[in-house]
Amino acid sequence: MTPTYYLVLAAALFTIGAVGVLVRRNAIVVFMCVELMLNAANLTLVTFSRINGTLDGQIMSFFVMVVAAAEVVIGLAIIMSIYRSRRSASVDDANLLKY
Amino acid sequence: MDTVFAPATGALSWMWLLIALPLAGATVLLLLGRRADRWGHLLGTATVGAAFVLGLVFFLQLSGLPDDARSATLDLFTFVESGSLNISAGLLFDPLSAVFVLLITGVGFLIHVYAIGYMSHDEGRRRFFAFFNLFVAAMLLLVLGDNYVMMFVGWEGVGVASYLLISFWFNRPSAATAGKKAFLANRVGDAGFLIAIFLMFASFGSTDFQTVFNGTAANNLASGTVLAIGLFLLLGACGKSGQFPLQTWLPDAMEGPTPVSALIHAATMVTAGVYLIARSHPIFSANETAQLVVVSIGALTLLIGCVIGCAKDDIKRVLAYSTVSQIGYMFLAVGLGGAAYALGIIHLLAHGFFKAGLFLGAGSVMHGMNDQVDIRRFGGLWKYMKSTWFTFLLGYLAIIGLPPLSGFFTKDPIILAAFNREGWQGWVFGGAALLGAGLTAFYMTRLFILTFHGPKRWTDDIEHPHESPAIMTIPLWILAVGSVAAGGLMSTSVVNWLTPVFGHTEHHEEKMSHWTATGLTMALVVLGVVIAFLLFRRGTALAEQPARTHIVRAARQNLYADRFNELVLELPGRLLTRALVWVDNRGVDGVVNGLAAAVGGGSARLRRSQTGFVRSYALSILSGAVVVVAALLVVTFG
Repeated sequence: MTPTYYLVLAAALFTIGAVGVLVRRNAIVVFMCVELMLNAANLTLVTFSRINGTLDGQIMSFFVMVVAAAEVVIGLAIIMSIYRSRRSASVDDANLLKY
Repeated sequence: MDTVFAPATGALSWMWLLIALPLAGATVLLLLGRRADRWGHLLGTATVGAAFVLGLVFFLQLSGLPDDARSATLDLFTFVESGSLNISAGLLFDPLSAVFVLLITGVGFLIHVYAIGYMSHDEGRRRFFAFFNLFVAAMLLLVLGDNYVMMFVGWEGVGVASYLLISFWFNRPSAATAGKKAFLANRVGDAGFLIAIFLMFASFGSTDFQTVFNGTAANNLASGTVLAIGLFLLLGACGKSGQFPLQTWLPDAMEGPTPVSALIHAATMVTAGVYLIARSHPIFSANETAQLVVVSIGALTLLIGCVIGCAKDDIKRVLAYSTVSQIGYMFLAVGLGGAAYALGIIHLLAHGFFKAGLFLGAGSVMHGMNDQVDIRRFGGLWKYMKSTWFTFLLGYLAIIGLPPLSGFFTKDPIILAAFNREGWQGWVFGGAALLGAGLTAFYMTRLFILTFHGPKRWTDDIEHPHESPAIMTIPLWILAVGSVAAGGLMSTSVVNWLTPVFGHTEHHEEKMSHWTATGLTMALVVLGVVIAFLLFRRGTALAEQPARTHIVRAARQNLYADRFNELVLELPGRLLTRALVWVDNRGVDGVVNGLAAAVGGGSARLRRSQTGFVRSYALSILSGAVVVVAALLVVTFG
């Protein structure tokens, strides 16, 4: 098995996610892009785990998934409360913490 | 001849008590504060009285010893020990110290008694006596120290006490300034004294009188070193004694209470310079140039004092300039060397009596006249204060040198000794001393007549001047008796007494006979008295008259000494200060402030990058991660 396809796919997913985080304003979409980047990283971990024949990478990806699940809970809660107070889910509107 | 001091025996081993007693008095009075207000003056007077009695006991014991063994040293403890520098706190009681101890404690005791009355209305009387005791302790340390460092400790001690007492009424700006001026002028002299001590240590490895004198006598030193030590010692002496060019502080010191002027700025402290030169006589005798400088300074200062004394209208300032000029006589005498050392000391003792009496008399006049000091505002006082008048008269006759009062026996020999110096110097210095005697007679007569005789020129607020209480007049009477009798009694006995210190001197050929000199002096003195009498017997104008001649104008300005100090010393100092302030503000502060401004401005600009947009932060994180990865790739595969 050649890892190239998997790695190229993971890189593409990561790039899409990164660009999405940088260019999109909707908090939900940004959030989904973050998930995309996490899963791209997971894919890479699993690929290398498979190549090396050890389970370390797969265990690591489980950890990532658990953390991502927890993060989703908190992140969505934050987005919800921002939306409630501002009537908007745009990340550009939440810009009070600045100079 | 080697100088060897014998260790103290018997009662003399208790001589530290001389210093300890007044010092204890000062400590108690200062520490107890107001609790000692009611009896503080009595304690202060008692300690000095006890020191006088002790001084007499020690004096008697010393006089019981054979001529060549009349000295006693007492090693108290090691003061400084560092490498080869070893300074012991040692005391020396020899004939020279003995006469000073008796003068300081004796006249000091009388002035303490007088001050009880003089300061009775002053709230700070206890503080005054504490400082007075401190002064006596320091002065005794000065004359009893057996090495130059101990002497310097006492020297600084009297400087501090003098400062505290001149500015005793410290809420008067003029008094506070006068105290500072005295302190600063003294500092100049003290620096000279210190350098002289350093030089001694460098040349002899010690500052003991014994080692230094024997080292000088052994004649191993380059004459330049001896000259330098002598001149720096002289600078110290000039500072303390108000001699040219450091004389300007002494008249201003009259801002202190009158007993201070009498004790410190007439009878004792200002004579410390004379003591220093007399004590260091082996150094000065070893170098003729140093002696010549001492003589010149003495002659110049005695003329300066006389000339300014003629132009002043403040009773205490006239007496102050008279002190400057009389100390000039003493410098002249100790500078002449040989037999004249003893003459200087005798004049110092006699001066201690009559000048203390004159100052206390002036204080008594001020006491009765609402603290008026302007002699144009006195007149006719002899009827109202008989004791003050008569004792002042005796002091006045003593200072102008009328026989048989003390000034005659002590000043005339100095004039004669000055004339008998070789060559042209004899004529110059003798002439100066002679002229000084005539001028002294003039200004003292002016002072006396304007104060006690002639028409009344009092200010309106004085109804009836009163005589001072007995506690003030009794010291006046004792000092007046001293002014009358001291000169005749001391003129030969003290010379013999001091022989072990200064050594025997052979009589060489005299250019002028004793009788010629006395005749000339008497003629000039009488001339001065008569001129002053004719000019001032009808009183004087109340307002200051315009000065018609340059000399009068200059004398009223203290011969421009203050102006000189301001222009030559103060002005450059002030300009330098201003330049330094400018450099500090613009240069040093500029760098510090500039750095702070740069950091502040930079961070104000930098914080603009905190836009609050999440994506810009995300971009920076991403680019950071890219850079890190790129760096890792370069390191791993590059």
